[in-house]
Amino acid sequence: MAILTLTIDGEQVSGKDDESILEIARQHGIHIPTLCYIDGLAAVGSCRLCLVEIEGSPKLAPACTTKPQEGMVVRTATERLQRHRRMIVELLASEGNHQCAVCVVNNHCELQNLAYDVGLTYVRFPYLFPKKTLDASHKDFIIDRNRCVLCTRCLRVCYEVEGAHVWDVAGRGINCEIISGLNQPWGDSDTCTSCGKCVLVCPTGALIEKGEAVAEMEKKTDFLRFIVTARKKKEWINMDSDEE
Amino acid sequence: MKPRVATAWLGGCSGCHMSFLDLDERLIELGEKIDLVYSPIADMKVFPANVDVTLVEGAVANVENEELAHIIRKNSRCVVSFGDCAVSGNVTAMRNQWDPEVVLHRAYIELSDVNPRIPREYPTIAELMKQAKPLHEIITVDAFIHGCPPTSDQIWTALTELLAGRIPASTHVFLRFG
Ligand code: SF4
Ligand code: SF4
Ligand code: SF4
Ligand code: FES
Repeated sequence: MAILTLTIDGEQVSGKDDESILEIARQHGIHIPTLCYIDGLAAVGSCRLCLVEIEGSPKLAPACTTKPQEGMVVRTATERLQRHRRMIVELLASEGNHQCAVCVVNNHCELQNLAYDVGLTYVRFPYLFPKKTLDASHKDFIIDRNRCVLCTRCLRVCYEVEGAHVWDVAGRGINCEIISGLNQPWGDSDTCTSCGKCVLVCPTGALIEKGEAVAEMEKKTDFLRFIVTARKKKEWINMDSDEE
Repeated sequence: MKPRVATAWLGGCSGCHMSFLDLDERLIELGEKIDLVYSPIADMKVFPANVDVTLVEGAVANVENEELAHIIRKNSRCVVSFGDCAVSGNVTAMRNQWDPEVVLHRAYIELSDVNPRIPREYPTIAELMKQAKPLHEIITVDAFIHGCPPTSDQIWTALTELLAGRIPASTHVFLRFG
């Protein structure tokens, strides 16, 4: 492990070579919007919200999966990046069915927060109103695919942390969706332990607890850091503190 | 001359207009500043010409909404999507995954307690469009007020800005879905 020095938004920062640009930026209080990334799970770089510019490279790079290099010059909030980010959120909005006013996670939703973050006044692309399904066959939980942004956090937490691997991705393009088991009702899954981790890490109202009404559900994700740190380092961190 | 302001009610629940009425005593101040030339809360049958600012509640859900939207655009200098249904379709557009016939059947036959019958007295009753659309997909829109419904404070701030000839900046004050 080596310590590297790089520049992010004009600020000289240092980070370890096995960390991502996103992690280093966060340690230095530099905010980069994210959606598929969640601290504690493998970074997959799929949502592209965290794209940054790296000097000397014509391509934009996802901060969550890009490792730093000595002397790297990174920009996280240029006009071009902001344009791209807004467009991504617009596409997410137009490819799902989001009615925040009647959504269980209204006011506690990462997609909503992203919309505010990127300054989304309205969606320029035609809304597709795709036909999506809702599965309430599980005794405790519901998956409402109308609200799913395909971040695969549910899939990863179930596979990486719970070890059950209930979720998978099926279909392509606009037909892409999250499925349980062998594309069977969630309630029929033999592998689901009903631990509820997928529900907690889901950034939107796609995975919810039964019995919650509009705007009632607030998700807490700090359990993830607790479990992952305990497993990796045999350290049981204090969940009330914000210390690293 | 006072600015000529209109409000219109398309495919929405009237909640945005209720929130407008929640301006309470500020309505009196507003009444002194503007001429309300068309509104569901005033008695005008025809959308007039030469309007400065029009707030439009609701999605464009039926043929009558669509017709009025075009008249509004033609006759208004500034058109504002007023509330989430106008901005994004919102609850009004929840039916869009199904054919209107399926939706009508569900509402008027399957869920009816007495006299199951689909009303079809067109054009007395306006025919549904295949899908309810956000206003800006039908006409050009100049400004957006979010919320389901927008709060009366949001409406007040937006109106103050609009009447001063400014388009309300999309700050966090305005940016709010749900
Ligand atoms: S998931 Fe978020 S963005 Fe989608 S309807 Fe619910 S609150 Fe709104
Ligand atoms: S409840 Fe637990 S085991 Fe079941 S799908 Fe979710 S994460 Fe996997
Ligand atoms: S259900 Fe939730 S966590 Fe899973 S992919 Fe969809 S939005 Fe992400
Ligand atoms: S957060 Fe980096 S690509 Fe999704």
